[in-house]
Amino acid sequence: MAENGLKRTPLHREHVEAGAKLVDFAGYEMPVQYTGENGGIKAEHGAVRNHAGLFDVSHMGEVFFRGADAEVAVQRLVTRDVSRLEVGQAGYAAVCHESGGTVDDVLVYKRESDYLVVVNAANREKDLAHFRLNTADLDVEIADESEGWALLALQGPEAVGMLQRFTGADLASIKYYRFVEGEVDGKPAILSRTGYTGEDGFEVYLKPDDAPGLWKTLTDAGAVPAGLGARDTLRLEAGMCLYGNDLSDDVSPLEAGIGFAVHLIKEPGFIGQAALLGQDLDGAQRKLVALEVEGRGIARHGYTVTDGAEIVGEVTSGTQSPTLGKAIALALVDSHAGDDLQVIVRERPVPVKIVGLPFYKRESQGTT
Amino acid sequence: MSLPEDLKYAKTHEWTRIEDETATVGITEHAAEELGDVVYVEMPEVGATFEAGESFGTVESVKAVSDLYAPVSGEVVEFNKELEDAPEKINEDPYSAGWIVKLKTSDPGDDLLSASEYKEATDTDG
Repeated sequence: MAENGLKRTPLHREHVEAGAKLVDFAGYEMPVQYTGENGGIKAEHGAVRNHAGLFDVSHMGEVFFRGADAEVAVQRLVTRDVSRLEVGQAGYAAVCHESGGTVDDVLVYKRESDYLVVVNAANREKDLAHFRLNTADLDVEIADESEGWALLALQGPEAVGMLQRFTGADLASIKYYRFVEGEVDGKPAILSRTGYTGEDGFEVYLKPDDAPGLWKTLTDAGAVPAGLGARDTLRLEAGMCLYGNDLSDDVSPLEAGIGFAVHLIKEPGFIGQAALLGQDLDGAQRKLVALEVEGRGIARHGYTVTDGAEIVGEVTSGTQSPTLGKAIALALVDSHAGDDLQVIVRERPVPVKIVGLPFYKRESQGTT
Repeated sequence: MSLPEDLKYAKTHEWTRIEDETATVGITEHAAEELGDVVYVEMPEVGATFEAGESFGTVESVKAVSDLYAPVSGEVVEFNKELEDAPEKINEDPYSAGWIVKLKTSDPGDDLLSASEYKEATDTDG
C-alpha cells in the first residue's frame, strides 16, 4: 500500500517506469495514462485500435464459488443462466437487488470444479456482502482471492498473434468468451478471450509475482501500455456499460440495455427476477440510448437531456471519440422520450442524434 | 517545461502577450500537459467583454473540462478559428499556433505573474 492509503497492483513499478500519471481509482493507485512517445489517451486508444495495447486491470476482484451448491448460489446471484455455460466458457451477467437495480456487472467463468466471478474493484466489498447474505442457506464457499491474482488485458488486432509467441496454448482455437488454463511466458495463467475495448484480445489472469515479467515480455514485444483513460474511451466506442456511470444500484440491466445478459426465465431464479419480469412485461420506465452530438460540444456524464420542452434524462457516459472524431454519449432517458433530443452543455442546448450501438465495431470479429 | 520570458501568466494557467492594446491569450504548456489531449475549445463571441478573472470559455480534453479565465479585462476582437478543426494545436504549440483569443484591452496586467513567479507557483502546486 502507498503512503497515501491507496492500494497498489503488482505492476506499480512498471507503471512508474513507463511514466504513468497515477490516480485514485476504486482505492487503487492506477495509471490513467502514460507519458512519452506512445503516451496520452488518444495515442493509447489508437494503439489498441490499430496494434496492441496492454492494460493492468489487476484491481478487478476475483471471487470463487466452491462447494456442492456453488452453481445454485451463482444462479441465484446473477441474471444469466449459468447452467448453460460449458466448462471453459465465460458469460457476462448482472447482479441485481430485489428491486431490479444493479449491484454490479460481472464476468462468470465456469471451471471444472468451481465458478470464478470477476467483479468491479469499487463494488468488491458490496458484492461480497450481497453474495454471502443471500447464500447463507447454501453449501457454498465464497472466497475472495482478489489479492492472489494479477490481471493483464492485451487488446487490439495484433494482440492474439503477439501473445501466441509466448504460450503453448493454441489461441486461435479459443473462441470469444472462452478461456483455457495454461502457461504464458512459462508461468501458469488463465487465458480468456475477453476484453473491454471492442477489439480482439485476451485477458490473462496470473499470480501477482509473475505479472511484472509478463508485462515486460509483452511491452518488449511492442504492446503499448494503456491506461484507464483509453480504456474508458475504447469501451464507450464499443458501447459497453461502465458500472457507476451507465449502471448503478437504481438502474436495472434492462434499462441499461444489457438485456442480453438477463435470462428472465431460468431455474432456479435469481434475485431481482420478479422486478425485471415486471419491467419486461410493462416496459421499463427508462432506456439507455446512444447519442452522437450533432452540434459543437462534448456531452459528459451528468449533463441533462431534454426534448426541447422538458428534461427527459441524463447523460451517463460521454466523451470525444478518438476513432470517430466526434462526441458520443450514452444517456438514460424516459422510455417515452421522442427522438428529437438535446443535451445541455453549459446552459446551451446542443442537438444530438440517436444512433445504434456500438458506435464502433471492428471490421473482423475474429474467431467468435 | 517551456515558459517564454516575454509573456505574463495567470495563476489559473493562462498566458498573455500584451502588445499595444491587444492581449493575446492562451494556456500554458503546463496546463496543456495536465489536461492531456485537447479535443474541443469553446470560445466567446467577438465583441463580448470580460473582466480579469472572469471565465470566457472552456477547453476540453478527452477526460476533463477546464474553464478559461481572462488574464486581463477586455473585449474579444478575434478568436483562433483554427482551433475549431485542430484543437490539438494547444498541446503542440501552446504559445504560438495554439493561441486562443485576442482581447482589446487597456489593462496592463500588473497583477499577473512573470515566468519565474508562475514556475514557482506551479512547482508548489506539485
